[in-house]
Amino acid sequence: MKNFHFLFAAWVAVWAVFFVYELSVASRLSRLRAEMDSLKRQLKE
Amino acid sequence: MKSRVPITVAAAALVFFAGYAALFIAPDERTMHEIQRIFYFHLGSWAAMFTALTIAFIANIAWLVTRQPRWDWLGVSSVEVGVAACTAGLITGVLWGKPAWGIWWTWDPRLTTCFILWILYISYLILRGLIEEPQRRATLSAIFGIFAFLDAPLVYASNRLWVGQHPSPVIMGGKDSGLDPAMGRVLLVAVVTMTVMMLIVLVDRYRLERLRHELDELRLAAESGSSSPKPLAAKELL
Repeated sequence: MKNFHFLFAAWVAVWAVFFVYELSVASRLSRLRAEMDSLKRQLKE
Repeated sequence: MKSRVPITVAAAALVFFAGYAALFIAPDERTMHEIQRIFYFHLGSWAAMFTALTIAFIANIAWLVTRQPRWDWLGVSSVEVGVAACTAGLITGVLWGKPAWGIWWTWDPRLTTCFILWILYISYLILRGLIEEPQRRATLSAIFGIFAFLDAPLVYASNRLWVGQHPSPVIMGGKDSGLDPAMGRVLLVAVVTMTVMMLIVLVDRYRLERLRHELDELRLAAESGSSSPKPLAAKELL
């Protein structure tokens, strides 16, 4: 098991890339939704 | 958001099972032993990347033919997700290369063509950020995307055409190639898992692009003083 740390790092790296990317998409989505809601409110006023 | 709970639970279970299968179910490889298990995540990342970039390629052509915004949204979303998968593939490759070859990186044909592919699609994303006008941005990036995709078959064929440090293909690689059936099953689980994860992220990324477009329309309406912006035509939405 002398190379286990490489295997572990690869496994973590793959899911970290997907997870961080999905987090970035989700945060951009919620920012846009908030912006849209505020713009809609402004238009109604 | 409630409807996403079953998908999230199913995806988490799939990720857990794929990890378990790669670490504990797959048989040990004779020469590389445990480090060979990176193969399942490594090939899974490339499968997800090729799927995403093929979707982008189709969307780029569809935009040039139909000029419907949904194809541009799908194109840029797929490219961004494909770049993420390509990054995962490159990182796992580097982490496999060091213990297997003794070096982190070498300019072998397979590695070089992959690196070029990664750079090309990052350039695609930078190019989009530089063009303000939406129609022009969509057209130029679609043309660039089609050009960038020409490297994808080259990546696939690189270790079939040229001899390098990267191992010869084990799947569809000729009479001396092949994979243990148990390894093949674990590989299938890993490929399906990573492709499904990629598609889940792609759906969210597409929603983001569509929302961005709707927000631009709303901003235009706000600027022109209209309180009822023109809604998107049903055919423009996927």
